[in-house]
Amino acid sequence: MTALAEDTRAVGLERPPLWRRVLGSDQLAGWAFVTPAVILIAVFAVIPIGWAALLSFQANNLLAPAHYIGFANYQALAKDPAFRSAVVHTVIYTALFVPISIGGALGLAVALNRKIRGIRFYRLAVFVPVVTSTVATGIIFLWLLDPTFGIVNYFLHAVGLPQQKFLQDPNQALYCIVGVTVWEWLGFDVIIYLAALQGIPQDLMEAAEIDGASRWSTFRSVVLPLLGPATLFLVVWSTINALQLFDEVYVMTRGGPIGSTTAIVFYLYQQAFSNFSAGYGAAIAVVLFLAILVVTLVQLWIGRRRVYYAS
Amino acid sequence: MATGQTAQAEPLFRLTVPPEKPRRRLPFSPWHLFLMPVAAVMLVPLLWMVIVSLETASQAQRFPPVLFPHSFHVQSYVDAWNAAPFAHYFLNSAIYSLSTVAGQLLFCSLAAYAFARIRFFGREVLFVVLLATLMVPFQVLLIPTFLIVKKLGMVDSVGGLIVPNLCSAFGIFLLRQFFRTLPIELEEAARIDGASRLAILFKIVLPLSLPALATLGIIQFLWSWNDFLWPLVIINTDTHAPIQLGLSTLQGGHFMEWNVLMAGTVMSQIPILLAFFFAQRWFIQSLAYTGIKQ
Repeated sequence: MTALAEDTRAVGLERPPLWRRVLGSDQLAGWAFVTPAVILIAVFAVIPIGWAALLSFQANNLLAPAHYIGFANYQALAKDPAFRSAVVHTVIYTALFVPISIGGALGLAVALNRKIRGIRFYRLAVFVPVVTSTVATGIIFLWLLDPTFGIVNYFLHAVGLPQQKFLQDPNQALYCIVGVTVWEWLGFDVIIYLAALQGIPQDLMEAAEIDGASRWSTFRSVVLPLLGPATLFLVVWSTINALQLFDEVYVMTRGGPIGSTTAIVFYLYQQAFSNFSAGYGAAIAVVLFLAILVVTLVQLWIGRRRVYYAS
Repeated sequence: MATGQTAQAEPLFRLTVPPEKPRRRLPFSPWHLFLMPVAAVMLVPLLWMVIVSLETASQAQRFPPVLFPHSFHVQSYVDAWNAAPFAHYFLNSAIYSLSTVAGQLLFCSLAAYAFARIRFFGREVLFVVLLATLMVPFQVLLIPTFLIVKKLGMVDSVGGLIVPNLCSAFGIFLLRQFFRTLPIELEEAARIDGASRLAILFKIVLPLSLPALATLGIIQFLWSWNDFLWPLVIINTDTHAPIQLGLSTLQGGHFMEWNVLMAGTVMSQIPILLAFFFAQRWFIQSLAYTGIKQ
């Protein structure tokens, strides 16, 4: 080591001055580059995570100083019939929304993945609802599904079917919200599936054809397995989204009629920002987070065993 | 293509199989029979929104509905514009969207470059913490984020809308993955020439990363333009509201004619729909990219 140091000195390679070494060092550059992001993420992601957990053990009305009440929020939550029904609604919603939107998108993507006349128009039609806002979608469907003046009832009437109350009927409202959100998100799922379909190597399809595979068995044994990663992503992503249903409920039903569409995040919002029980709301948030975490991990675990990754 | 295979087998069986009825071929692809109704279901709600917005109040409130009004009634748009501070809504939304897009592009690029290329003390730990925050959805953090913004004195202001969205773990992750695919030789050559890290990022890495930057920018724009829950929580004054919240206030307000409400809804969607039509390919690639990369 000393020999080497002497050598460099002998050759005349001097170490750059200290200020240059400090300013030019990777340590300083690295930290300088990440500092703004670290501060923002710390303040608006890391601290809130801890705070949410802390809040859930407090009685906090967003105004007066909070005080600790231990597990009282969680105990109340376990006994709260309104929370239980919010969970039931959310589970029903998710169990319908995820398979319908993903299954529908799969069929639609296969249909859209071909060169026929007007295909650009069809694709555009399917994609436009994705950029339409949730609030606008809610307002549009509120009017489409209006029991008295709605165009959907008009179509039902035209084909001789009885008129429905849709969003004003406690037995139908949740299913209407499933339909509206499927309309809204179908295009996103189709985009993901189309990208995956276009990534399937053409020689695989040709090989299946040469081997005499029918169209259906090619789809089942070649295409579907290759869509596995896209499907897994969509299942995880749609489930997380579905468990957080809020906008459409707020705009179209405000949780009604008679609480039949109150979902977990809507209940959380009501508790924290209408009833000013932020501690109770935070307990709901923590439960929701744990539920999302468990569901996601289970899905990924099943996915890891079932999904085939080509690369 | 499938016919090529049956053609080979045909001579063997032709004698035993009764002559097939000539298959009736549709003059168009049968897929149209499936795609046309689907396109109708997707488009009719939006067309209906536009049609109702061009009707008079009495036309809108009629059963059976007036499907094709004879004349267009533009007054609904004037009424909508006067019924709510739409100019404020649009301005607030534009500020909210554009400044969060700018913030995300700047802060995420800087951090992503450091995570991708610079070795510094604590990098791995920071990155793991970052990935962990990706797991927690915003809805779960709604209440504490509200309290933090309140402590910063930014409740009921556009600034309060913006600050929590200036940077995201998602954006850093997305850009880092992209930066790592770039050839490192260019950067090394620039470093030997004495370029600083900042110069390398802005002169070499970012110009090569336009697809990834566009993806992040478009997703952030789409997200903030359509954001509803966060504005609903922190904005109380109507003139501070972005467009989606304003629209919801208009709908939830007192008696509102449907043609006027629809005119407001059309107006609220025009900017994003225009952006979508002109940059369709970019929008779709961006959305596809988020799916593939996760």
